[in-house]
Amino acid sequence: MLLKKAPDLRESDVTPRSWYVRRREFLQAAGSAAVAAAAGATAPLFDGTATALAQNPDAQKLTGLQKSPLSTDEKLNSYRDVTTYNNFYEFGLDKGDPARYAGSLKPRPWSVVVEGQCGKPGTYHVEDIMKWFPLEERIYRLRCVEAWSMVIPWVGFPLADFVKRFEPTSKARFVRFTTLVDTRQMPGQTEPALPWPYVEGLRMDEAVHPLAILAVGLYGEVLPNQNGAPIRLVVPWKYGFKGIKSIVRVSFDESQPRNTWQRVRADEYGFFANVNPAVDHPRWSQASERRIGEFFKRRTLPFNGYADQVASLYAGMDLRKFY
Amino acid sequence: MSPTHVRRIVKPIVFVLALEPFLWLVYNAFFGDLGVNPVETITNHTGIWTLRFIVITIALTPLRWVSGFNPLTRFRRMIGLFASFYGTLHFMTYFVLDQSLQFTGLWDDVVKRPYITAGFTAFVLMIPLAVTSTQGWIRRLGGRRWNLLHRLVYITALAAVLHYFWKVKLDTTDPLFYAGIVGVLLAARVVHRVRRAAASAPVPVRREA
Ligand code: HEM
Repeated sequence: MLLKKAPDLRESDVTPRSWYVRRREFLQAAGSAAVAAAAGATAPLFDGTATALAQNPDAQKLTGLQKSPLSTDEKLNSYRDVTTYNNFYEFGLDKGDPARYAGSLKPRPWSVVVEGQCGKPGTYHVEDIMKWFPLEERIYRLRCVEAWSMVIPWVGFPLADFVKRFEPTSKARFVRFTTLVDTRQMPGQTEPALPWPYVEGLRMDEAVHPLAILAVGLYGEVLPNQNGAPIRLVVPWKYGFKGIKSIVRVSFDESQPRNTWQRVRADEYGFFANVNPAVDHPRWSQASERRIGEFFKRRTLPFNGYADQVASLYAGMDLRKFY
Repeated sequence: MSPTHVRRIVKPIVFVLALEPFLWLVYNAFFGDLGVNPVETITNHTGIWTLRFIVITIALTPLRWVSGFNPLTRFRRMIGLFASFYGTLHFMTYFVLDQSLQFTGLWDDVVKRPYITAGFTAFVLMIPLAVTSTQGWIRRLGGRRWNLLHRLVYITALAAVLHYFWKVKLDTTDPLFYAGIVGVLLAARVVHRVRRAAASAPVPVRREA
């Protein structure tokens, strides 16, 4: 599991950008021609590889990334998959809206307020936060509550390290996260689609679990705006909506925060939101999922396949009740 | 417009226009791009066009009343069949790609998930309508019974709107928009019926207040 393919060394690293872009265009053109010739082939329908390298030429590369034994070796979703198919209602309800409209977000300079039951509250710049910890690549499955999934190479650091740095007191039983509110930067917030700001939370033992990370990048680059720049939460055993984006506030709380989706539809979304094929969404099944890029659905795994690592956190809890 | 004009010129044009959403799918599947989640694109595209064609089908008669443009009636069958066509594509996308052709999975969903129950009702009720849409069937059933049978399209329309409404996660604007149109069209029928009944009934003697 430790030594798998090296996604940090990509074609883009060894080939001048203009070359491979042009070659890619050529390959795509050649590909379409071939397909046009071989009518009946459905390959282009589901082929993400042609665009896998279509990354943002202006994006800042993140270097010196450590690999993690916690990464999966499954096939990655393409950069295009990851950056053009997003749920980020602050920019609109369509999956394509975040990629279209997130240009108005200004992720630098950015500060995060840390407050509540801890020894070192304060306001910190995201540039500094990124220097506190060695950055790691974490390749995780992401399972959306809407029954689709992806495999994403995040870049970030353990949330546990971040939490410990602020010396939470014994009263700090939960960690609450809050997204930016600014209708100029986040035009979707002019609509009352959700009660803004978006709020999420974790129980302290979940927050310090080694799988939980704060991500600041993906595909070896600084996090694109539509994916929650500059800093977001990734909790791979929970449904994607727990992964709050563009965080401006982290608070150590005594009592369980009410997360946004629970507030909006308590019968459909809970606080825990652990991926669970045995507990359906009231309106649709969670037993299976469509991995983006695949034709047929695949079975959903308990805790999104991370049961060995995290199931013990919920020992004795009725997961039908605490969904 | 003469009947020949309608048959020779207008009908083929409408046919090609009605086929356009299907051609769009085929073209993009092979030469273009159906997005990051093509199955979702296909499902939603065929779903919304099924609904649109259902709405157009039930709009034709009220539009004729309002406009006095009688040839509209001649398009009911074709548009209705297009609704069934897109409905079949929509259902098959779900049945093949979501359920992998498993009848048990389909049935589980139909009985357990209200939005699928509604969609399935809408779809199943369209089948007898499509089958009996020919002149032969109109003759065999007789106009009265045929008309009665074809009122099922209103149940299809209501079930379809409900299906859409229950499916969306948060934003109900579009489902409500279509629900509004279906509501207006149904109301138009009722009003028309009441008026006609009133017109043909003996005029009641008015009492002074
Ligand atoms: C006349 C019948 C039907 C109509 C008019 C209809 C219409 C629609 C519409 C408008 C949508 C949403 C499109 C969007 O969100 O953009 C939809 C989605 C969907 N429909 Fe239907 N539908 C019908 C029948 C069915 C049937 C019979 C099934 C399956 C048994 C079905 C399964 C689905 C599924 C699975 C989705 C997508 C759900 C998702 O993406 O989460 N529909 N349909």
